[in-house]
Amino acid sequence: MKHLAEYRNPEFGKSLYRKIHEISTKPWNIMEVCGGQTHTILRYGLMQKLPEQITLLHGPGCPVCVTPIEYIDGIISLSQRPNIIVGTFGDMLRVPGSEENLLASKSAGGDIRLLYSPLDALQIARDNRDKEVVFFGIGFETTAPVTASAILQASRENLNNFSILSAHVMIPPAMAAILENPHTKVDAFLAPGHVCTVTGTAPYQELCAGGKVPIVVTGFEPVDILQGILMAVEQLEEGRHEVTIQYSRAVRPEGNPQALKIMNEVYEVVDRHWRGLGTILGSGMAIRKKYEKYDAANKFDVRFKYRDSLVNHCGRVLNGEIKPIECPLYGKECTPEKPVGAPMVSSEGACAAYYHNSERVKAGK
Amino acid sequence: MRGIGTGENSDRKHLIQLAHGGGGRMMRKLIDELFAKAFASDVSDAESDAAILNVPHKKIAYTTDSYVVDPLIFPGGDIGTLAVNGTVNDLSMRGARPLYLSAGFILEEGLPLEILEQIVQSMKQAAETAGVKIVTGDTKVVDRGHGHGIFINTSGIGIIEHDLNIAPSSVQEGDVIILNGDVGRHGIAVMAKREELALETAIESDCASLAEDVQRLLAAGIEIHCMRDLTRGGLATALAEIAQSSRKPIEIEETAVPILEPVMSVCEILGFDPFYVANEGRFIAFVPEKDSPAVLDMLKRSSVCETPSIIGRVVPGKSPFVTLRTALGTTRVLDLLSGEQLPRIC
Repeated sequence: MKHLAEYRNPEFGKSLYRKIHEISTKPWNIMEVCGGQTHTILRYGLMQKLPEQITLLHGPGCPVCVTPIEYIDGIISLSQRPNIIVGTFGDMLRVPGSEENLLASKSAGGDIRLLYSPLDALQIARDNRDKEVVFFGIGFETTAPVTASAILQASRENLNNFSILSAHVMIPPAMAAILENPHTKVDAFLAPGHVCTVTGTAPYQELCAGGKVPIVVTGFEPVDILQGILMAVEQLEEGRHEVTIQYSRAVRPEGNPQALKIMNEVYEVVDRHWRGLGTILGSGMAIRKKYEKYDAANKFDVRFKYRDSLVNHCGRVLNGEIKPIECPLYGKECTPEKPVGAPMVSSEGACAAYYHNSERVKAGK
Repeated sequence: MRGIGTGENSDRKHLIQLAHGGGGRMMRKLIDELFAKAFASDVSDAESDAAILNVPHKKIAYTTDSYVVDPLIFPGGDIGTLAVNGTVNDLSMRGARPLYLSAGFILEEGLPLEILEQIVQSMKQAAETAGVKIVTGDTKVVDRGHGHGIFINTSGIGIIEHDLNIAPSSVQEGDVIILNGDVGRHGIAVMAKREELALETAIESDCASLAEDVQRLLAAGIEIHCMRDLTRGGLATALAEIAQSSRKPIEIEETAVPILEPVMSVCEILGFDPFYVANEGRFIAFVPEKDSPAVLDMLKRSSVCETPSIIGRVVPGKSPFVTLRTALGTTRVLDLLSGEQLPRIC
């Protein structure tokens, strides 16, 4: 893995900074969509050396941040039923539902396992035939194909004690919703590289043309992000708007046809509520009727009580209207120890990234 | 449940039973044939309720720690090596010469004796390497399902043979911070084994006694202001804690902190920050500039790790934070974590 040093090459990074400074003449707001990118930006302090007129807005691409409260309440209620093993990604454990989080449910006796993949949950189901295993399927087009393949595998094995609570959502409809927001400040997007390895660039062409915004598919290393910013500024300064790929070592324009096929086989597109952002049309992935026996919501008759986030500030952070430090709760009522909103929880949440990497000091705490 | 092994070793004679902690013959036998034999010394006395120690110094250091690692055995060590080195290192970090340890065992019914024997042998070896004696101990057995195979508590006594006050309160502006080697190995080695991650390159824990290195620094008359071993919470947590307790700002150069490629790769994949990953044989020392060449020179000849480096300094100012200067010339604050690091999602 020599490449890591390469993508953090300070000389290349400095030369990118120089070029960005050379060509920037106007104020531009560039939104990085993915929480992983936000994390890198804060971890490496990338904003410190950008020209003053370039503002980075942090987007909604933090999977645990946007998972609706009612789904978290749903998985918590499942974890408290007897004979159910719940599997989830690590980040999700600490996210507050309406009353508590999964960690609290675990302490109260729920059998909740931190897993790296839904395929691990499949194995737990094979090993525990007398129990029901429910995996909490969250995240974007990056994690959705793996969840789908777990369902297909369960179906092939006729494994009847395995199901998924699917809260998967898609990124491009959320970007469209941000552009439609009358308060939006976004001039260009850095699109999430990992999502695009699956989807390819097709879903972004329409967004780019309709919203007249440059979209640069960007990676996650410091140098990737600086190069993505440079490519976006180049287009903005020249008055162009195209979909271009910075993350070319991983993304092909056509994406990953096999992953897309699996997703299409298992999921249908539905409207879905995003925590803090409200309902986004055509953004959700629901398990098709054909596979309903693997749909935990159906199997266990989970009733979702729709609750919008009490904290509207999170929504304004997630769609880039305000920076985390502009939130009145930031660092006061809302800290990583006692998060009020989800963006303060995950390492990919913008508020947690700010809090841990620098801005707490500036906030004067 | 991943608990204690039962499969191949299902012959009951080879498993820990409740009677091994019951105070009767089986317990006596376990103590005599395993613990007393492994830990025999001039001061240990398995027949008595307490060991009598001859400590000819006015100032002693005293510490305790409990070990609950999962898995029990991992690349580069096991819970036994950890239990000895952890307590030895805690004593060493105060500048004490570790002399005596106690060892309390909480065993789970059904633990294969073979595993216990292996762990006790590791403790024996680790104690010999560190120059300490395990002089007293205790064994309890809990019902199957009420433990995790084996928990160990060790406490330790060491003597202070110098007049330094090695503590955060002695940290001074201008102090040079020296790290004795690469960081992040122990945490990643244990996690990779626990989660059965298939890694191309095996990563071994850095678990080791720091007693010898510290004693050499002290013997050479190095004016050590503060030391901290980089266990839970890793390098970043140790630095942040010292900055807070000493009320002094610290600046660290990111590129000066060695991290092995495989450790870095696993951290990247899982979204961990190697600065916060646990180590068991790494420490930082705060020393005056004048002493830093000698410290580097001595640590280069260490049997624990040969790649010490100056990673930063205590800088002027009042805000008690740790600032990391990145290779790009930007900065970030190394803060205390709110909880454990959890793997990220995408």
